[in-house]
Amino acid sequence: MRAASPARIAAFLFAGLVLLWLILPVLIVIPMSFSDSRFLTFPPKALSLRWYHAYLGSSLWLRATRVSLGVAAASAVLATAIGTAAAYALNLSNGRAMKLVKLVLLLPLMVPIVITGVGIFLVYARVGLLATLTGLVLANTMLGVPYALTSVLGALAQFDPAQEMVARSLGMNRPRAFFAVTLPQIAPGVLSGALFAFVAGLDETVVALFISGGRYQPLTKRMFTALRDEIDPTIAAISTMLTLVSCLVAAAVMLNARWSERRRGVRA
Amino acid sequence: MAASRKPPLRAEALLAASLLTPALLLVAVLLLVPLLWLVWQSVRQDGGFTLAHYARLVTDPAYGATFLQTFRISAIVTLACVVLGFPVAWAAAESGPTLRALILALVVLPLWTSVLVRAYAWIIVLQRTGLVNSGLEALGLIHRPVILVNNEFGTIVATTHILMPFVVLPLYTTIRTIPREVLAAAASLGGTPAFVFTRVYLPLSLPGLLSGAALVCVLSLGFYITPELLGGGRTYTVSMLIARNIALYDEWGAASSVSVALLACIFLIFFLAGRIVPIDRIVGTR
Repeated sequence: MRAASPARIAAFLFAGLVLLWLILPVLIVIPMSFSDSRFLTFPPKALSLRWYHAYLGSSLWLRATRVSLGVAAASAVLATAIGTAAAYALNLSNGRAMKLVKLVLLLPLMVPIVITGVGIFLVYARVGLLATLTGLVLANTMLGVPYALTSVLGALAQFDPAQEMVARSLGMNRPRAFFAVTLPQIAPGVLSGALFAFVAGLDETVVALFISGGRYQPLTKRMFTALRDEIDPTIAAISTMLTLVSCLVAAAVMLNARWSERRRGVRA
Repeated sequence: MAASRKPPLRAEALLAASLLTPALLLVAVLLLVPLLWLVWQSVRQDGGFTLAHYARLVTDPAYGATFLQTFRISAIVTLACVVLGFPVAWAAAESGPTLRALILALVVLPLWTSVLVRAYAWIIVLQRTGLVNSGLEALGLIHRPVILVNNEFGTIVATTHILMPFVVLPLYTTIRTIPREVLAAAASLGGTPAFVFTRVYLPLSLPGLLSGAALVCVLSLGFYITPELLGGGRTYTVSMLIARNIALYDEWGAASSVSVALLACIFLIFFLAGRIVPIDRIVGTR
């Protein structure tokens, strides 16, 4: 370790302040959600569960929550299956064509989300998918594929393809060799890809603003319109619950990463 | 060997193609085709070819002002992310395993929480009766609330907060690979700490820095939620211009030329940054 020079200490302190600035706003919605006032003063003058009751008593919010969870789960499953297949194919060769294909599949992460939303709106307006559940699931699947793809590609890079060859030379057909030998070993990558896609789907707002409507509006769209019009503290309660869900998923991803590391350690 | 390999290779290509089809189909139908349609739409009017939609970008001062404000916000956000993020990445690389895990968790956790929730949190913190104003008032530093939100300042603060992890993570990965011996060698050869930092440390961390900065720059150019919620109508960005032209005015010509111009800027940034760091690595941080 180097000596603690004043410059070093100052840099560490600065980094600490930046970290506080990074984390405090994420946590601040939690005390706000237990306020009993209509106004968002901090710290709240008195505590209550008023806004949680407001949320649970509103069929509109509950319905939006069901839509959000359903769409995020369905699109995460689809995006993971499609993304895993694509990752397996991309891993077979690394020619120029494959590099181009990979960039095309990463395009949803590069194009500004507003433009993506306008584009999907255009397509859906022609084929009658506006304001449908199918439309929301398809859009979020497309947006989720890059997450599954990168995550599974990362796992495949750690995997020795010779193992699958051995299984096939011993008489397994290709799909069977994949499911029996490859998939169990890249499972952590597949799982974290699915979790990334799920959270991305849960958080997706802008595309939903363009394509969702009527009975099938996700939570984020309702929150966005509510925030634009007036500050309703019910949103603090919903935000707290959303943050809790994100923390749980993040914890799952970290546990999953640790678990796969340990397994690799055992094998090595 | 080469001859016996040929038939399986073709089967291999067929397998790859069929496994890629669902993903490619999805991206083609929902993204590529609409993008091409936007490009086509941007040069069409009343059934003929026109450059009028692009001419308006230059001649109409409102469009120019919107692009200018978007570029300004993006530049400030990128700079702020780098200045604030560098010490954090450095501290994570310098710390022992426990502290490092804590620092990285604090960087990654906000990334997992909803963008909408983070924007909402900043409204709470920055509003007239918010945390910052009541704190400053309690300290006697101000006597009436300062306007911190519903303007460009609030937009910049929230956008920086949301995008900063994208600088810290690639930067940290790069910094970790800098061998300490190189720094020690530079110092032992008489380099002052400032010299070692600017001439050795900074150049070696450049790929990570560039990757993060390019990603933040691109994302902030297209950001929609923060300017809409924290801009208070005083902030008008290109993404808002596109959304309004579609949702309110049904102006496809204007929306498409603005979209194409924004996409051109973004792909240019990716292209330039991609000459130094592979694009899939830049985007992979997301």
